Amino acid sequence: MSELQVRKVVAAYDGAPVLHGVTFTVPSGELAAVLGPSGSGKSTLLRVIAGLHLPLEGAIVVGGRVLTGPRLAVPPERRRIGLVPQDAALFPHLDVRANVAFGLARADRAGARPEQLLAMVGLAELAHRMPGELSGGQRHRVALARALAPEPDVILLDEPFSALDASLRAEVRAQVRQVLRATRTTAVLVTHDQDEALSMADLVAVLDRGRLVQAGSPAQIYDAPRSRWLAQFVGGAVVVPGRWTGNAVACALGEVPAQLGAGEVVRPGDAVELALRPEHLVLEPADSPGVGTVALVRHVAFFGHDAVVTLDLPGVADPIEARVLGSSATTPDTEVRVRADRPGIAFAASAGS
Amino acid sequence: MRITASRTSRSPRVRAVSLGEARRPPAPLARLVLTASAVVAAGLAAIPLVYLLVRVVGADGGEVLAALVRPRTLELAINTVGLTVAVATACLVLGVGSAWLLGQTRLPGRRAWVVVSTLPLAVPSYVAAFGWVALTPVRGFWGAFVVLTVCNVPLVTLPTLAALRLANPAHEDVARTLGRSRARAFLESTWPQVRPAALAGVLLVALYVLSDFGAVAIMRFEVFTWAIHSAYTSQFDRTLAAALSTVLAAMGVALVWAERRLRGAQARHGSTVAARVVRAPVRLGAWSWAAGAGLTLVPLAAVGVPLAALLRYLTARASTGTRVPASEVAADALSTVALAAGGALVALALALPIGLLAARFRSRLSAALESASYVGLALPGIVVGLSLVFFSLAVVPALYQSVWMLAFAYGVLFLPKAVGAVRASVEQVEPGLEDVARSLGATRARVWARVTARIAWPGIGAGVLLVALTAMKELPATLLLRPTGTDTLATSLWRLTESAAYGAAAPYALVLVAVAVGPAVLLTRDAVATVRERRDGA
Repeated sequence: MSELQVRKVVAAYDGAPVLHGVTFTVPSGELAAVLGPSGSGKSTLLRVIAGLHLPLEGAIVVGGRVLTGPRLAVPPERRRIGLVPQDAALFPHLDVRANVAFGLARADRAGARPEQLLAMVGLAELAHRMPGELSGGQRHRVALARALAPEPDVILLDEPFSALDASLRAEVRAQVRQVLRATRTTAVLVTHDQDEALSMADLVAVLDRGRLVQAGSPAQIYDAPRSRWLAQFVGGAVVVPGRWTGNAVACALGEVPAQLGAGEVVRPGDAVELALRPEHLVLEPADSPGVGTVALVRHVAFFGHDAVVTLDLPGVADPIEARVLGSSATTPDTEVRVRADRPGIAFAASAGS
Repeated sequence: MRITASRTSRSPRVRAVSLGEARRPPAPLARLVLTASAVVAAGLAAIPLVYLLVRVVGADGGEVLAALVRPRTLELAINTVGLTVAVATACLVLGVGSAWLLGQTRLPGRRAWVVVSTLPLAVPSYVAAFGWVALTPVRGFWGAFVVLTVCNVPLVTLPTLAALRLANPAHEDVARTLGRSRARAFLESTWPQVRPAALAGVLLVALYVLSDFGAVAIMRFEVFTWAIHSAYTSQFDRTLAAALSTVLAAMGVALVWAERRLRGAQARHGSTVAARVVRAPVRLGAWSWAAGAGLTLVPLAAVGVPLAALLRYLTARASTGTRVPASEVAADALSTVALAAGGALVALALALPIGLLAARFRSRLSAALESASYVGLALPGIVVGLSLVFFSLAVVPALYQSVWMLAFAYGVLFLPKAVGAVRASVEQVEPGLEDVARSLGATRARVWARVTARIAWPGIGAGVLLVALTAMKELPATLLLRPTGTDTLATSLWRLTESAAYGAAAPYALVLVAVAVGPAVLLTRDAVATVRERRDGA
C-alpha cells in the first residue's frame, strides 16, 4: 500500500511562483506520467515529492504517511522515495555494483541484493564496470536498479529517456516499464514527450504553467481533452473555426457531429472551435462521389507506416493536417475530398479568433 | 581569371584528401622544423636540472655525502617537511571550507566574496612576511606558517570552487533519496568529485611552500631554501649548496608528479553531462555573519596586515628619517620591468614550439617535451638560480651575472605558464576552421597567419603578460643571478627588510602589491564569471 497523494502543492523557486496548487493521486503500484511543456513546473513537482524542495503550501502523502504538510517536512533521506535523474547521475567514483549498493544498509551491501537488481535490469555482467564505460541506456538501467535497491515506496523518474537516441529510447522504456510492473512500485515519470506519457503510464497528469490541466487515463486525455490547448498539446489537434448547431459544428468541413468540451457553455449559433484528431480525417479522390470538402494538397510528409498530408481548406486561414495510413496516392498540388469520420470536440472560440 | 587558375592548381590535393589520407597531411619540413625547435627549447629548459645533477655527480662523492649526512640536514628536512605539511593541511581545511561557503550557500554578495577570497594572491609571500614582522612579534615557524598559509589558501579555494560547480548536484539529490543526511550526501557523493581538484591545489601549495625563500628568510625559519642561500652566499660552500638543492629538487619533482596524476584523475571523474539541475543553495540564516567573518579572516591576515604596515610606515616616514628617494624606487622599478619583459620573451620563445607541438601534433615525443617544460614548476627559484650560476661559471663565463642569464632563469622558471597559455590558446582554434580556410584556397602558412594565430594571439599575449608580472616578483633566483649593482623591487625590499628598515622598505612593498594585482585579477576573472553565469541562469 503506497498510494501517492499530491495535495494542493504551491511552490516557488527563487521567489518566482512555479506551481499553483497541484493535486492528483497515483494509486499504489501504478505509473503516473506528469506531462507538460518545458517550464511548466514538472521537475519542481518531482523535487517537491522527493523532499528536495520545500513547497510553500500543500501536502505530500504516501501510503497514508504525511511526508510534507503544514509544519512538517520529512527529510529526503527518510522518505523512502527513489529518484532516477535525467542524466542518470551515476556516482562517477563508484563502480556499477557500488552504485546499486549505495542505498542499502551497510550489512546488505556485500550481499546478493545488488546482483539480483542488476540481473533484473539485465546488466549482471557489468557489475564491475565504471559508469564512464557504460552506454547511455545501460546508465539509466543502473540508475533504476540503484533507486529500486532500498525498496522505496515511490520511485521518481525525471525525463529519464530524453538523453537517449530514438532507437534506444523505445527499448529502455519497455524495460523500465517491465521492471516497475514486476516490482509493483508506485512511480511518477516526468516527461515532455507525449508518446512516452501515453504509452507507458496508467495515469497522465498534464501540467501547464504550474497548473494541473487534466489528470486521467491516457485514453481520457486523448479522447476527451478538457481544453483546446490540451487537445493541441497532446496528439496535435486540427482546429477549425465554425458555429455550434446544438449537436454539431458547421464549418469548412461541412457539418461535423461534435460534443462540447467539459465545462464549456455555448448556445447554438455561437462561434466555436472544432478540434479533430488528424487521423480522424479521411481523404478521398476529389472526383469521387460523397460528402466532404474539396481541399488543395500542399505537402505530404511520408513516414512509412503513415503519412501526414498538409491541406488548404477553403475559407480557413491556417493549413490543416491529416494523418493517413500507409502510402497514399496523394501528391502535392492536387485536390482531394476531405471529411471527418468521428465526432469532434467543440470549445468556445477563444477571444483572439 | 587568377582565381580559376589557382583552383585548378589545387585540385590534385583535394583529390588526395578525398582518397582517405590523414585529415591534415603533415607537411614534413614544417613539422620537422617545429619538432626540432621544440627539442632545442626543452633541452634549454632542462639545463638547470641537468647541470645540477652534473655538478653533484662531478663533485667528490665523499664530500657530498659528508655535506648531507649531518644532524643539520635532518633538522632542515624536518623543518621543511613540517612547515610544508602544516601549511598544506591548513590550506586544505580553510580552502575547502571557503569554497563550500562560496559555492553552495546562500551567502549574501557571493560575487564580492569570491573576489575578496582571492585577494591574498595579489600579495607576494615576502611582502606579507614584511607586514607581519613590521607589525607583530610573530617570528620563526609560526610566522612562516601563518604567512604562507594565508597567502596560499586561494590556490585550494579556486580549483575546489570550480570543481564544486562542475559536480553534478543530481548526485547529491540521489544520495539524499537513498537515505543520506545533507552532510553525508556531500561527503559521499560531492566530495569524491571535488577531491582531486582540492588535493591538486594542496600539492600546488606544498610546492610553493617548498620553494618559498623570501617569507621563511624574513621569518628566520631554517628550511632548505634559506640554508641553500646561506651555504652559497655566506659560507661559500658550493658542494653543500648543490647537495641540498638536489634534495629539494627531488621533493619538488615528486610533488609535481603527484599533482599531474591527480589532475588526470579529475579529468577521468569529471561528469560527462552538463549539470541541468540548479543546486538549491544552503540557507545560512543567522550563520551568515559567522560565515562572512570566517571568510574575512584569511584576506585580512594576508592583505590587511601588510597594508596596515605600509600605511603606518608610509605616513610615519617623514619623522623616522629612513627615506628612500623616489628616483631610487623608480630606477629599481625600471630594471625590474626590463628584466621581467626579457624573461617573458625568453619564456615565449621556448614555449611556442613546445605548446604548438603539444596542441597540434600529439605524440609521445610532444608529451615528453611538454613534461620537460615542467622543470620550472618543480624546481624552486633558488635551485634554478644556483644551478645557472654553476652553469655560467663553468660553461659560459661571459654570461655570469649578466642580465641575459637572469632573463633566461625567468624564462625557465615560468615556462610552464607560457606553454599552458600557448597550448590552450591554439587548442581553442577548431581544426575545422583550419580545414575550411584551406578549402577556401589559403596555403598552410596563410591559414596559420590569418586564422590560427589571429584567434590564439590574445590568449598567448595574456599568458606572456602573466609571465612578466610573475617574474617581476621573483626573489631567490634574482638574488643569485642579478648583475652586481642592479637591484629589482623584490631584492631591494628583501635587503631593507633584512636590516629592519621597514620604513624604507614600505614603498617597494606598495609597488610590488600593485604589480601582483594584475595576475591575481586574471586568475579571479574566471571564478567570478562562473558565479555570474550561474546566478543569471537560476
